Amino acid sequence: MDTILRYELFNDFIKEFALKQVKPLATQIDEEERFPSETIEKMGKAGLLGIIIPKAYGGAGGDYKMYINAVREISSYCATTGAILSAHVSLCTAPIAELGSEEQKQKYLPKLANGEWLGAFGLTEPNAGTDASNQQTVAIEDGDSYILNGTKIFITNAGYAHVYLIFAMTDKSKGIKGITAFIVEADMPGFSVGKKEAKMGIRGSSTCELIMQNVRVPKANILGPVGEGFKVAMKTLDGGRIGIAAQALGIAEGALRETVNYVQERKQFGRPLSAFQNTQFQIADMATHIDAARLLVERAITSKEQKAKTLSKDAAMAKLFSSETAMMVTNKAVQLHGGYGYTREYAVERMMRDAKITEIYEGTSEVQRMVISAAVLR
Amino acid sequence: MKIIVCIKQVPNTTEIKIDPVTGTLNREGAVSIMNPDDKVGLEFALCLKDAHQAHITVVSMGPPQAKKVLYEALAMGADRAMLLTDRLFAGSDSLATSLTLAGLLKTLEYDLIITGRQAIDGDTAQVGPQIAEHLDIPQISYVNSLKFEDGYFIAVRQFEDRYQTLKATAPLLVTILGDAAKPRSLHVGRLIEATETESVELKGASDIIVDTTKLGLKGSPTKVKSTWNKVVDKQKNLLEVEPREAVKAIIDTMKKRHII
Repeated sequence: MDTILRYELFNDFIKEFALKQVKPLATQIDEEERFPSETIEKMGKAGLLGIIIPKAYGGAGGDYKMYINAVREISSYCATTGAILSAHVSLCTAPIAELGSEEQKQKYLPKLANGEWLGAFGLTEPNAGTDASNQQTVAIEDGDSYILNGTKIFITNAGYAHVYLIFAMTDKSKGIKGITAFIVEADMPGFSVGKKEAKMGIRGSSTCELIMQNVRVPKANILGPVGEGFKVAMKTLDGGRIGIAAQALGIAEGALRETVNYVQERKQFGRPLSAFQNTQFQIADMATHIDAARLLVERAITSKEQKAKTLSKDAAMAKLFSSETAMMVTNKAVQLHGGYGYTREYAVERMMRDAKITEIYEGTSEVQRMVISAAVLR
Repeated sequence: MKIIVCIKQVPNTTEIKIDPVTGTLNREGAVSIMNPDDKVGLEFALCLKDAHQAHITVVSMGPPQAKKVLYEALAMGADRAMLLTDRLFAGSDSLATSLTLAGLLKTLEYDLIITGRQAIDGDTAQVGPQIAEHLDIPQISYVNSLKFEDGYFIAVRQFEDRYQTLKATAPLLVTILGDAAKPRSLHVGRLIEATETESVELKGASDIIVDTTKLGLKGSPTKVKSTWNKVVDKQKNLLEVEPREAVKAIIDTMKKRHII
C-alpha cells in the first residue's frame, strides 16, 4: 500500500477531470445561468459525488483530503461546479454518513454516491440567517411521523437535489435545544421548490427557496437525536466550511494561474507585464496568501480527520482567510488584466464575481470571526 | 488468452508551457500520464478480456515513479503489473528499450502483445516493432481494430489511403493507433482500491533474459548530437489598401503558400 502514490494518482485524476470535463463549460454555464447536469452526471459516474462514502455503501472509500482537493481543483476552473459538489458532499452526504442510522445510510448513501440523487441542506430562513437558531419552520409530532411547515431560502442545489437535510423546531419552548434535523425527500407531498435567485456569481448553481406545507416525514428520517438538530447543523457546517475554504482557495489559484499566463504574454512599453516590478510584487503577494490559505486548509483537514477539539476554530480560520484571499487575489487578477480583465472574455471577471460568495455562505466572515474569537477569548 | 500490454509514463506534453524568456520547456507542474496510444492499447486488451476472459499483464520501463501509470492500468482492469526499473536501463534509446522489454517478455507467457503506436514524448514508433523482432514473432502495426475469432486475431491496419485486414495466430504483437478507441473512464473507487489491494512487481536487469552489455546508454546506438528550438519566423506584411484589394491579397498569399 502506497499512500503518497495514492494521493498523487488521485490528484492526477482530478486535475485531468477538472481540465477536460469542468473547464470547457465554465464560461457557458455562467453566461446562461445553467445548472451543469451533464458534469454532475459525469462526477457521479467517476465516483466523485461519493468520494468520502465508504465502499460498503457504494462510495469510493476515499478520505476528506481527497474530497477537499477535488473541490479545490474543480473550483480553480469553475466555482459553480465546486459549489454543487461541496453542498452535496459536505452538507448532505457527510452528515448522513457520520450521524445517520444504519437504515438511513443504506437507503441514502448508495444513490447519493453514484449521482442518482443529489443532496442539499436547508437551514437558512428569511429570519434565520446568521442567527440560525431563530428557526420558524416547525415540525409537529403525529404518530410515527412529523408534519413539517415552513420556508427555507438560499438553498444550494434546490430543484436538482432529491435529498434535503432540513432543520425545524420540534419544541419551540426549548429554543436551540428544540431544533431537530430531518432527511426530507423532494417527492414527499407538500414539498416544493420556490423562487430561483438571480445571483452575482456561481451563476450555474441553483439557489432557491424551499416551501414545506404539511410535509409528512417519517420519524425514521430524523438525523441524530430529537432536539439536537442545532448540534447537527453546527457540526455539519464545521466540515462544510473546510469545503468552502477549498472552493475559495481553488478560485484564488485559478485566478493566479490565469494572471501568470496573461502577464507573461501581454506586452506594454515593449516588455511583458511580468518584467515590471509592480506585477512581480502583486504576484508575490497573491502567491503568498494562497500558500498561507492552503496551509490553513490542510490544518483544518487534519483537525477534522483527528476529530480535534479545535476543529470549529481551525475550520473557521481556514474559511475566513481563504475566502478573503480569494477576494483579494481575484481583485488583483482583474487589475493586472486591465481593461481586458473587466470583460467576460477573460475568466478572471467571472472568478472575481464567484469569489464574493465564499465570504458569505456557510457562515459569513463575521460569523467566522465570532467562532474564532470565542475560541481565543474563552 | 494471455495478453501483455506495454505502457509508458510520459509528461503530458499538451500541458507543458514554453518559458517565454529562455524558450525552453517548463516541465515544472507538468502531469505525468499514461501515454495516450498505450492507453488505447490497454482498452483493446480490456475489450478482449470482456469478450474472452483474458488475463492482462501490463509492463513498463522507467523510474520508480512510473508505478503510477501501472496502478492506473490496474484500476482500469489489468490483472498484473510489472515495472522494469534499474540504473542499468538509464539512457536507453528505442533499441535498448525494446531489448529490455523483450528480455522481460521472454520470462512471461503470452498470446498477444499490445503496444501503442508511439509515445508523445519521443514519437519514434519503433519500440513495438522492435520487440516483435527480438522475440521473433509476427507483428501488425498501425492497428485500428482488433477481434479474436475462431482462434485467429483479425486486425484492421490503417494506412494513409486505405485499410488492410490481416489474420494471424498467436503469438502476435500489434501496435495500436491512438484514435482507434476511447479508453474507458475510471472510477475513483477503483483507483483507491488498486493502491490498497494490488501491487506493482519491480524487475531489474538480473530478473530478465538479456545481454547486459546491450542495456542503457551503452547499448544505445542513437546519440543526440544537439537539440535546439525551432524558431518560427512570423513574416509580417502590412498592406494598407481597400477591403476588396485586401481580400485578394490575402487569397493570393494563401495560394502562393499552398494553404488553399
